[in-house]
Amino acid sequence: MSETEKTAFEPKIVAYVCNWCTYLGADLAGTNRLEYPSNVRIVRLPCTGRIDFNLIIKAFEMGADMVVVSGCHPGDCHYTAGNYHARRRWTLFRDLLETMGIDLNRIHFAWISAAEGKKFAEFITEITDKARQLGPYQAYREICE
Amino acid sequence: MIEEIRQTCRTLLEAGTVNVVIAYGQSNPDGPVHPIFVTKPDDVEKIVWNKQCFANLTTYLTRKEVKSLGKAAILVKGCDARSLVVLVQESQVERSDVHVIGLACEGVGEPELAGKCRVCEVHMPVGVDVTIGSTEAAAPEGQNRYALVDEFMKKSPEERMAFWKQEFERCVRCYACRGVCPLCYCNQCIVDKNRPVVIDTSATLKGNFAWNITRAFHLAGRCVSCGECTRVCPAGIDLRMLNASLAQSAEKHFNYRAGMDPETPPVIGTYNAEDKENFIR
Repeated sequence: MSETEKTAFEPKIVAYVCNWCTYLGADLAGTNRLEYPSNVRIVRLPCTGRIDFNLIIKAFEMGADMVVVSGCHPGDCHYTAGNYHARRRWTLFRDLLETMGIDLNRIHFAWISAAEGKKFAEFITEITDKARQLGPYQAYREICE
Repeated sequence: MIEEIRQTCRTLLEAGTVNVVIAYGQSNPDGPVHPIFVTKPDDVEKIVWNKQCFANLTTYLTRKEVKSLGKAAILVKGCDARSLVVLVQESQVERSDVHVIGLACEGVGEPELAGKCRVCEVHMPVGVDVTIGSTEAAAPEGQNRYALVDEFMKKSPEERMAFWKQEFERCVRCYACRGVCPLCYCNQCIVDKNRPVVIDTSATLKGNFAWNITRAFHLAGRCVSCGECTRVCPAGIDLRMLNASLAQSAEKHFNYRAGMDPETPPVIGTYNAEDKENFIR
């Protein structure tokens, strides 16, 4: 990769967020005029429990450099327990990815409530900086060539 | 022991307790052992029991062709009994609908014992209706049932990725792993759905990664390590490593082992508010 390409690199970040908390948190960040990088593509889903691990794989297949998964804090789920179920799945899924040799720095999880617009903006900013440092997720792109 | 198995099956069929016995058969004494479905008492002579009886017969309990034969009796080894426990837990099989004949097993595979049998802890099947035979065999003490995974995890992530690339490159997407697995019982598999296409169906590295991750993860906290997927894989892909890795995580994080106890709630589909979440911001 040439030096100009390197500086021009803008990471693609896919954020799977729950409709009831993080999506509203992102909305709040917007109405509060908080700035966060436009690298993030937000995909709204009913609940973190609905976030199928295939979506995460799909994002990487389609060229995402980083994936963010976020929803309601434990105890705040609109459907009572969707996030608890999701949490268990992610715990196991992360271990599977680790065995596969997939970089866990490419997947981030967070609880962000509807009131945490600031947390959302800060989180996305931090993640984007990290994605810039890591560079394109070449390893998975090679698989998908 | 074989006479006792045949006699038990004959009695069950003659008394009409069951309509079919799912057992092992061998058309040619030197050939492979295959499953047979015995419906006539005189056919019990076709049943065999030897070191080649690898198959986990519980996979047939959920198949509609077998269900249509009526009430079934089934031969199970210790490992197979564990997958039956999961099937009952997941409401796929009504335990009272099946007559389970447990076989004491000292391991299958000749001359070399199958990998799973070397670390086997269930030589005597549990939760069965009748047990045939007995064995003193026990798991070697102080063994690490995840030694294989621990060894593999010593490699760097790049090396691990390279290993799986090498493995999945050979995958021809025959779905034998899915076909043989007793716990892959969905009427329509996600890989067969085409609106939308979730997993690329062509046998490219991209599709193969997605498929094998999906297959492994759909068995998270459910796989009982019967090793059938690995045995039937025509490309010799080391699928048991992925399964073992997930089994290890389930045990490490949730102290759960699939199919060991019908009373323990399954790890996926239940939760505890106190589950740890050190990876979530």
